Amino acid sequence: MSDLAIRNLFIIPTIVFLIVFNIFPLLYSLGYSFTDYRGSMNDPVTFVGLQNYRELLADAAIWSNFTLTAKYVIVSVAGQVIVGFGAALLLNRPIPGKGLLTTLMMLPMMMCMAVVGLFWQLLYNPSWGIVNFLLGTEGMVWLSNPDVALYAVAITDIWMWSPFVMLLSLAGLSAIPPSLYEAAAIDRASRWFVFRRITLPLVAPLLLIAVIFRTMEAFKTFDIAYVMTSMDETELAAIRLYKMAFLEWQTGRSCALAYIMLLAVLAITNVYVKYLNRLKER
Amino acid sequence: MAVVQSKGSRWINRAAIALALAMLVVSMIPLYWIGSTAFKNRSDATTVPPTVFFSPEITPFIKLFTARVQQRGERDQAEYAAAPWWEKLVMEGGDRFIKDDKGNIESSGYVARFLNSIIIAVTSTFLAVAMGTITAYGFSRFKMPGENDWLFFILSTRMLPPVVVAIPMFLMYRAVGLVDTHIGLIILYTAFNLSFSVWLMKGFIDEIPKEYEEAALVDGYTRMEAFFKIVLPQATTGIAATAVFCFITAWNEYAFALMMTNKTAQTAPPYIPSQLGSGLTDWTVIAAGSLLFLIPVALFTFFLRAHLLRGVTFGAIRR
Repeated sequence: MSDLAIRNLFIIPTIVFLIVFNIFPLLYSLGYSFTDYRGSMNDPVTFVGLQNYRELLADAAIWSNFTLTAKYVIVSVAGQVIVGFGAALLLNRPIPGKGLLTTLMMLPMMMCMAVVGLFWQLLYNPSWGIVNFLLGTEGMVWLSNPDVALYAVAITDIWMWSPFVMLLSLAGLSAIPPSLYEAAAIDRASRWFVFRRITLPLVAPLLLIAVIFRTMEAFKTFDIAYVMTSMDETELAAIRLYKMAFLEWQTGRSCALAYIMLLAVLAITNVYVKYLNRLKER
Repeated sequence: MAVVQSKGSRWINRAAIALALAMLVVSMIPLYWIGSTAFKNRSDATTVPPTVFFSPEITPFIKLFTARVQQRGERDQAEYAAAPWWEKLVMEGGDRFIKDDKGNIESSGYVARFLNSIIIAVTSTFLAVAMGTITAYGFSRFKMPGENDWLFFILSTRMLPPVVVAIPMFLMYRAVGLVDTHIGLIILYTAFNLSFSVWLMKGFIDEIPKEYEEAALVDGYTRMEAFFKIVLPQATTGIAATAVFCFITAWNEYAFALMMTNKTAQTAPPYIPSQLGSGLTDWTVIAAGSLLFLIPVALFTFFLRAHLLRGVTFGAIRR
């Protein structure tokens, strides 16, 4: 077989497979997003043009879903950066048993989000949960309290994903040439100066990759919030979409909402890829 | 980090290590709690203040695997005396087994879901890694017009929110009868993992020197032989790491499973939380189910530790 034939044989099936199972469904739902189709009924489907999009974008409830999502993304990603980067700074030194230590710390992020969400319900229980016991906040309601629930979910997310930020930060920190620190020590530079002028700029690219990755994932959050709570105050965009599609069966409208979300995610992904390419060029 | 060590920095070092250990302890508490609850007596699981020291029991796991109902009224003493020890444990907890006509104990829904999880995760991992490896080889070794665009396209399919893809997939699956089937979920997970496996494997294959194959081609190997006999053996570590990552992703997946299955092909992630609402919540059983489900992933994480960084960044960072 010629190299060209082998190349095509190796690459084309994968691309066809991905088009059939990822792109074709999206075109299919793009079509439905302009209709009033309801998946639970056999009513004739009528074309309604941009009505779904217009109504969704004018709906205050949808905007509040997106505002909540933004709030959740900011709180949880910021928390992960603080905890994860902090932990990386602490671990970036010779420590006996460091490999085991870091691997143990990585465990949460490898786990099933739905199961994590479930057993955090046990930890958050107001009367016998261990969170209240350890914090001394007896009887504090976390997950059914509209003011706190979103943050409680974000805390679980921070517990789960800080190791991710830590892993990337550690990689960045360990790649800083020691000669830079030695030079700074000879110049009697202060710790703060060294951190601000050497450590931070050199870790920044990897830290930013971590932030973009986590932002993308946090924006899509479904599992953890859906398992842990069920309130309007914690109804993230992905949860609203799920309810609209599979519980209320407003299929046409949910396809339109899906497209609005999709554009947002693609915008973030694009930023990520652009940044990654620039990083690779260096 | 070879910072010049002064007396002050040695203290800072010690304080940092102590703080890091404290962080580790805090992050391990939830895991310890789920692990210990899985071995508690039901009455110890929900005490105020929480029970830390207890005598471990195996009862939650027996309950996890079997179908039970609550015993109403007095239990049959003769039956209790004749029962094996594990049945006695369940009877002492106030339950009795559901048995068929021949007296065989029925297994719980968890067993079926766990098996589904294994079947679906293993099959979809195999497919995604096999296709991903050859595609990655194609992208790594041959020129392709618009190569970066194709690679971006492949990556972007993974970035789609599952709920967004699930709506049209559900309608299509319903039309062809794939809702709640093993094949349906396997296809979805294969598509989901394929993009990841292409990216990760491309990184691993890029690292294998081209000269090996070129030498083989000179020796009269065909391109195919060179791929199977030279490249694949070199890529074994990468394939294993990719497979474990794909397996973990499929194993942990919740959203698709929730929307596409309800019984026959349901996996464990949507099933375990759904048990919360059914009757009186027995947290020890839920903890046992969660623990058993998390253990394979915990073990794999240790095997993967050298490749974690590469895996979680889609092969973008290779140190």
